[in-house]
Amino acid sequence: MDQVIVQILNGLDKGSAYALIALGLTLIFGTLGVVNFAHGALFMIGAFCAVTLQRILTLSSVTEDPTRTDFLGNPMKIETPYVESWFGEAIGAGIIDWSVPLAIFFAIPIMMLVGYLMEHGLIRHFYKRPHADQILVTFGLAIVLQEIVKYFYGANPIQTPAPDAFTGSFDFGVLLGFDPLTIMYPYWRLVYFAFAALVIGAVFAFLQFTTFGMVVRAGMADRETVGLLGIDIDKRFTLMFALAACVAGVAGVMYAPIVAPNYHMGMDFLVLSFVVVVVGGMGSLPGAVFAGFLLGILESFASMPFMVDAIPGINQIIIYLVAIIILLTRPRGLMGRKGVMEE
Amino acid sequence: MSRFNLTRRGLIKTSAGAAAGLSLPTYLRAQDSGFTNAPTGDTVTLGFNVPQSGPYADEGADELRAFELAVEHLNGEGDGGMLQTFSSQALEGTGILGKRVEFVTGDTQTKSDAARASARSMIEKDGAIMVSGGSSSGVAVAVQALCQEAGIIFMAGLTHSNDTTGKDRKANGFRHFFNSYMSGAALAPILIDQYGADRKAYHLTADYNWGYTTEEAMVSSTEALGWETVNSVKTPLTQTDFSSYIAPVLNSGADVLVLNHYGGNMVNSLTNAVQFGLREAEANGKQFEIVVPLYSELMARGAGENIAGILGSQNWDWKLENQLGERYIGTNAFVQSFGEKYGFPPSQAAHTCYVQTLLYADAVARAGSFQPCAVVEALEGFEFDGLGNGPTLYRAEDHQCFKDVVVVRGKENPENEFDLVEIVEVTPTDQVTYEPDHPQFAGGSLGSCNNGA
Repeated sequence: MDQVIVQILNGLDKGSAYALIALGLTLIFGTLGVVNFAHGALFMIGAFCAVTLQRILTLSSVTEDPTRTDFLGNPMKIETPYVESWFGEAIGAGIIDWSVPLAIFFAIPIMMLVGYLMEHGLIRHFYKRPHADQILVTFGLAIVLQEIVKYFYGANPIQTPAPDAFTGSFDFGVLLGFDPLTIMYPYWRLVYFAFAALVIGAVFAFLQFTTFGMVVRAGMADRETVGLLGIDIDKRFTLMFALAACVAGVAGVMYAPIVAPNYHMGMDFLVLSFVVVVVGGMGSLPGAVFAGFLLGILESFASMPFMVDAIPGINQIIIYLVAIIILLTRPRGLMGRKGVMEE
Repeated sequence: MSRFNLTRRGLIKTSAGAAAGLSLPTYLRAQDSGFTNAPTGDTVTLGFNVPQSGPYADEGADELRAFELAVEHLNGEGDGGMLQTFSSQALEGTGILGKRVEFVTGDTQTKSDAARASARSMIEKDGAIMVSGGSSSGVAVAVQALCQEAGIIFMAGLTHSNDTTGKDRKANGFRHFFNSYMSGAALAPILIDQYGADRKAYHLTADYNWGYTTEEAMVSSTEALGWETVNSVKTPLTQTDFSSYIAPVLNSGADVLVLNHYGGNMVNSLTNAVQFGLREAEANGKQFEIVVPLYSELMARGAGENIAGILGSQNWDWKLENQLGERYIGTNAFVQSFGEKYGFPPSQAAHTCYVQTLLYADAVARAGSFQPCAVVEALEGFEFDGLGNGPTLYRAEDHQCFKDVVVVRGKENPENEFDLVEIVEVTPTDQVTYEPDHPQFAGGSLGSCNNGA
């Protein structure tokens, strides 16, 4: 039973990342009709915003310590971060420690800008082209973005730790009446789940309860009619692209302490996220979120040792297997609308 | 007087024959010298095939730095590096057999097909007489087979799978780097010493050739000394989040987790294991422990403070001579050269590539010929010293180097990003030596060397 609970927690955690990326993909597809294969790269850029802020905060002044030597026998260089010099050791170290949560505020304007530039500079020119062209150009863009990141940050994963207050594990079992140390779960993964729930809730609230959101939803349902009412729907859709980029970016920022960021992490998530979108139903925001969590939990259960022993390789194919079954029984996905991608 | 009649049919036949001849790879065309890519001018070209893109690009970059340094030293430039300490005195810093050394590079992308294509290009278009480098066993096995077929010497880079000098060994291929068996044989006694003989291990293993041979070596070495293996789970090579695999470990009855992972897999699985509190956990009344059989400095940098206290093995470490004395002479000379040129200490990948280049050049010099079979003969059974690993043998039966293996532990408080591991012990050569027909290396044969043309 304890393992079932741990795998549900794991599934919710993985599902959080899938759901956040799939939510952005669906927003873009639903508003602009673009199949954006560069969306995983936006997740990766978000994670590297956390890396970049960490590097900025640890920019250091260098002094030489003549009493110690480095590996070549030269005086040892001692680095002191500027933030520690400016604000004192305790406050400076605290700021560096909290670099990942702080990176959310750093990432939001950057991701808005990246999203705006992507839409304005490239993707806009492909609105009227077939989906195959859109997939090719956005996939190419994803490769370009990851190569740029690799050029500046290298190919190795870069550790971006969570604040000290959130390292270690929470004894979840005690809460549920199990023996101590039976169900341990990392604090940061719980934080990530709560954060994902908050972002998903905020996006839905924005679309549901604001005038801007109402117009966007109307535009998603019938773009032409909204345009005839004199509303510049294109401008609002561009902003939605930037918002979707922002959702993927902050998802990447908060994911950085879970898996050390590397230039390829966007591609790792992209294919799975597309499966999530298709299973959830193209253009359905609740479908994307629901399918994200569902597939995350199924993937976690399929990785349990007894499952892998019983059906070798099930951990690698489960998501695709479920996707095939769902699409065979419900061709529009779990919550897909009639008419989307059916012309 | 002869009369030359050119018929339409004759012209077609002749043209087809000539086209077929020209389309043959260079190395299949007859050459006057009797072997592929025999150097004819005053230069000789070596081919360095390293990952310049893909997940091991940083390791490839370090290999390339070492190759450039080796070429400099062979040509008599710089401070000479390990040429000053190498027990063989055949090299004088005048190139190889008086020919200035030049090099070309290829990008393996850590993909077997891409690595073969780049190696083929270096052999056919650039005239490389030797190919070296790489950061993956899959790539090493693929390129080694190509070099055997082409009549080129292959001096493997970083490849740790038993199969490279086991079932996939080739007469034209040579490996200086250690292997999975040696890691198991070196680590097991130290694991017993540090953690006790009554331990239960849980293996997470990367689902590809290197993972299998490393798991097999670790299981057999530790079980022989009393450990029990509770479970072995294969993890997909593309996995990034290992939480689903780590979560069941704590309640599996195991008290040791062995991560048969390398590169990004190692960084992520270790990070996840630490996040799930395995380092602080207790099981079976003992402190829970994690073991990483193959360490890499570049990967350790990726894992950050998560490697603190974790045991693993290495082929070489840049601190060897300073900490363990003159037996490892050559280490400081190489670190000095590399550090002066690039500003940081070399990785073990850089070291093995540098050494392989020198060993090839030395073998040519001792043989007095670039002919591959002469080089093979010079390297087989060659005993040498002064290249940083202590006394070393290139065994004739399988073309594997036998030398001490370094057991390391992640430092608790590293002073900088290049000083992440501390040397725990060095396992002497005789403890990691095995018979050429050992079951973990069975099924292969060197065959006979190939001169190519």
